This record gives sequence, structure tokens and C-alpha cells, in this order.
Amino acid sequence: MAQSSTLGDKVYRTILFAAATSILLIVAAVFYMMVQSSIPTLQRFGIGFLWASEWNPSQELFGALPFIYGTVVSSILALLIAVPISLGIAIFLVEQAPKKIAKPIAFMIELLAAIPSVVYGLWGIFVLAPFIRTYLGPVLQDNLGFLPFFQGRLTGIGMLTGGIILAIMITPIITAVVRDVLEAVPNTQREAALALGATKWETTMIVLGNAASGIAGAVVLGLGRAVGETMAVTMVIGNSPQITASLFEPAYTIASVLAANFADATDELYLSALIEMALVLFLVTVVINGLAKLLIMSVAGRANASKHT
Amino acid sequence: MAEAATVHSKRRITNLVMTSLTAICAVFATSVLLIIIGFIAYQGISSLSWEFLTDTPKPVGEGGGIGNAIVGSAMMTLLAAAIGLPIGIAAGVYLAEFGKNWYGNTIRFIADTLIGVPSIIIGIFIYTVVVMPMGRQSGLAGGLALAIIMIPIVARTTEEMINLVPNSMREGALALGAPQWRVSWNIVLPAATSGIATGAMLAIARITGETAPLLFTALNSRFYNFYYDQPMSSLTVQIYNFATGPFEVEHAMAWAATLLLVGFILVINIVVRYLTRKKY
Repeated sequence: MAQSSTLGDKVYRTILFAAATSILLIVAAVFYMMVQSSIPTLQRFGIGFLWASEWNPSQELFGALPFIYGTVVSSILALLIAVPISLGIAIFLVEQAPKKIAKPIAFMIELLAAIPSVVYGLWGIFVLAPFIRTYLGPVLQDNLGFLPFFQGRLTGIGMLTGGIILAIMITPIITAVVRDVLEAVPNTQREAALALGATKWETTMIVLGNAASGIAGAVVLGLGRAVGETMAVTMVIGNSPQITASLFEPAYTIASVLAANFADATDELYLSALIEMALVLFLVTVVINGLAKLLIMSVAGRANASKHT
Repeated sequence: MAEAATVHSKRRITNLVMTSLTAICAVFATSVLLIIIGFIAYQGISSLSWEFLTDTPKPVGEGGGIGNAIVGSAMMTLLAAAIGLPIGIAAGVYLAEFGKNWYGNTIRFIADTLIGVPSIIIGIFIYTVVVMPMGRQSGLAGGLALAIIMIPIVARTTEEMINLVPNSMREGALALGAPQWRVSWNIVLPAATSGIATGAMLAIARITGETAPLLFTALNSRFYNFYYDQPMSSLTVQIYNFATGPFEVEHAMAWAATLLLVGFILVINIVVRYLTRKKY
């Protein structure tokens, strides 16, 4: 009897162990295959691949800089828009709104995260891009046209549109994490501040101060999403490997060059150049997500940190 | 005295302005959702028809539909669920039951890492290990890519749901002499089933909306295809192709296909929310 039960335990445990280990093996295999496939470009261009700015596959000129630039700028743009709005929503939901209002609003914002990327892309092409071309763009040009960011031809497709779409897409995730972080701040802090005569907003500022590292984690997590977001950006950013200060001009990100060109890359060196960029993207997202997890864990505890990554 | 009064009113005005601004942020975000869904419904509904739902894509001007894309999406999602759910759930049970040690922490960290990896990278991985050796794109490759995306998500939600099962149930069964695997399989898992099922539904909704990992693994097809070893069409890739195409007719079809896709995903999300409403 005892014999069979230990045998059963062993079998059961081994099966579960194998399943859990498969996750480890998948990540190891992804990493190995990408390093393996980028060897041709690694050998040919070395580390300089990352800051070479020429991209012309037909002449075997491969430089990743325009894509790195596009990824960085579009992600920063997205954070600039999304972080204040997400903070505002989270503060409203946790600190101000009564539960009856907060619950449905929180759910609707979660639904934003459920909408697929390609749908944001479709909406971006046919609703957001025309809106930027006819309304937002001219207003920015008239008032801030002296800045290099708002010069150049205005087609509606470009860096700005990509940044705004990304902002909409990362707002739900930043909001959700900030909400958890704020909810983890003990109520005694709020009561103490209010008892000393602080206004509601002053109390909120104190709460925010105590949740600062968790909020930083939420922002970093949002950055991780923005950097890896693919379809929506590919559809609205214009897919042109150039480095320009103008936000109206088309640009390219690492993820979008993979989506748009991978299928056409028949030549070995071309394919290898794309996969090396994928490797860079992979490593960057791993580091960003790890950092976000550490920051969120420091405030909201283990359970919450794992919920969102 | 007067100075104190102005300081006080300044604080009150700041309070009022900032609290209203946060409310405006919330209203703004919810209206973005409503605008997006409104546009999809308004633009999509006019092109929906029986022919659209059952036909295959045709040259521009001859009508056509997305029947093959619906079948392709369903087949690849099914394959992904058949592979991803058992592995993901088993991994989640491992993390909850035996994972309170360094190895469990490592797997947990790696799973979270995999969740954060952009899905296009999974597509490239499958391209190198399935598409290149096979020599062609296939529904099998697409389904495998979706399965990989699904496994860590299902594992983490399963772990969370099992952790919700009260320890007293475990202790009771163990005290009666049941072996550990019996306790886990016959006592703990049944108690967590509804939670695991909702997690699985959300994961299925998530992979149905994936485009990037299918672009060069499943590719696309203009015909009905019921074989996993051939290139396969999907709703998402079809939407991408329609949306980036030059013709008005294609754009209309993109909106209609989107209505179908988003409708499916939102219904799953709302149903899951309804079913789990008591727990939150």
C-alpha cells in the first residue's frame, strides 16, 4: 500500500516537473536559436551592427540604429502620454471614486487591454491617422511648429501616430499595476494625513510618495510592453528606416521591421540581420521585465508582482 | 489671518483641480474604449453577411469572405489549446504544490519572462525550428507558436487558482491517509477547476487575437484548408492584409472581420468577469 502511493507520488511529481521544466527549455531554446541564427551578421559586422545607420538589404548594408532609434522614441512618446493619464485613472479609482463607479470603470479599462494589437492598428489607420492629419497635426504645427519635432510633411502616418497608439495600448497595464500598488499602501497613512488636516489631494501625494518604487515598476512594465508591441505600430508608423527629429515623419521599430520584412528575407545575411535585431529586442524586454518585477515586488508584495508580468 | 485664508483657499483649489483632473483621465480612457468599439460596430456591421462568413477571399470586386480564416483561426487555436492547456496546467500545479523552493522560483521567473517576450519573437523561433526544417509555412507551426504563448499564462493563472484552495482541505485528505498525488488530483484540482477554466478561457481569447506570431509561421491561404501541414489563414492575419491593402472593399471587409474577432474576445472577457464577480 505504502509502496504504491510513493510510486504514484513519484510519477505524478515527475509529470508535473517535466511540464514546469518545459517552460525553462522553451526560453533556453528561443535564446539558443536566435544566437545561432544571428551568427552570420555577428561575424560580419560585430557589435558595430547596433550603431550603423545604413539599412539597404539589396546592397547588404545592415545597420540597426534607425530601428533602435524608432523603438526608443516611440516608446518614450507613449510613456509621456500614458503615464500621467494612467496615474490619474489609478488615483481616481483607488483614492476618490466610490466602489460602485470604480468597478465598472476599472473593468472597461481592463477591456482595452483585451483588444488585439491588429485591431488597434486598423483603428489607427482609419480613425487616428486621419484625425492627426486633419486636426491634431495642424494644431501642433501652428502652435509648436518652431520645434523640430513638429516640422515636416504631415501624412497622419508616422512616429506620433505610433506613439499615441502605443500610449493607448499600455495605459491599461500601467493603470492596473499602479492601482495594486496604491491599494497596498496601508490605510493608516491616509488617515494620519487627513487627521493632520491635509486635503484629499495632499493625502494622495503622500500615498504616491510611499508607493513611488511600485509606480516606477509600473512605468518600466509599460515600457516593456511598448518596446515589444508589434502589429499596431507596424500599421501606423510608416515603416521607413530613417532617423529624423520630426514626429510627423514615418519611422520604423525593431518589432515592426520584423513583422514587415521577415517573410521577404530569403537571403541568409538579411535573415540573420533581422534575427539579430530580434535577439536584441528579446534581451531588452527580459531585462526591462525583470527590473519592473523587482520594483513592483518591493511595494506590492510577491503575489501582485507576478500578476501582471 | 487674511494670508492664512488665501493659503487655505489655494490648497482647496489645488485639491479641486487635481481631483477633477483624475476623473477626467478616467472618463477619457473609458471614452477611448467606447469610441474604438463604436467604430468597429458601426463600420463592421454593414459588411457582415452569410456570404462574408462562409466564402473565401476573392479578387477585389467579386465579393468574397473570411470563411477559411474563421476555420483556420479555430483550428490553430484548438491545436494551441490541446498542447498549451495540459502543459500549462501541469506546470501551474507543479508551481503551487511543489514549487516553494529555488527551482519553483526559477520557473516562476522564467514563466513571467516568457509572458513578457514580444509574441513576434516566438514567431521567429518557430520559423527557425519548424518552418525551415519543414520547408514551408503551416497551420502546425502557427498552432505551436500560439501554444508557446499560452503555456506560461495558463501556468501562472493555474498556480494562482490552486493557491486559493484552503489548506485545510489538503490537510484533511492527507490526515485520512491519501497519498499526495491523490490529494492534488482528486481534492485540490476539482476545487480549483472553475478558476482554472476561466484562466484557460482568457488565455484562449488572448491567442485568438494574436497576429505577429502567425505572420510567417502559418502565413495565409486563399482557400479552405483543413490540413495542419499546409499554410493556414487566420482572422487576424486576414485583417492585417485587408487593412493594409489599397482597396475600399478590403477595408470594409477588415472592419467586418474585426467586429467578429473583437466580439468573440469581448464576450469571453465579459462572461469570465460575470462568472468570477463574487471573488473580486
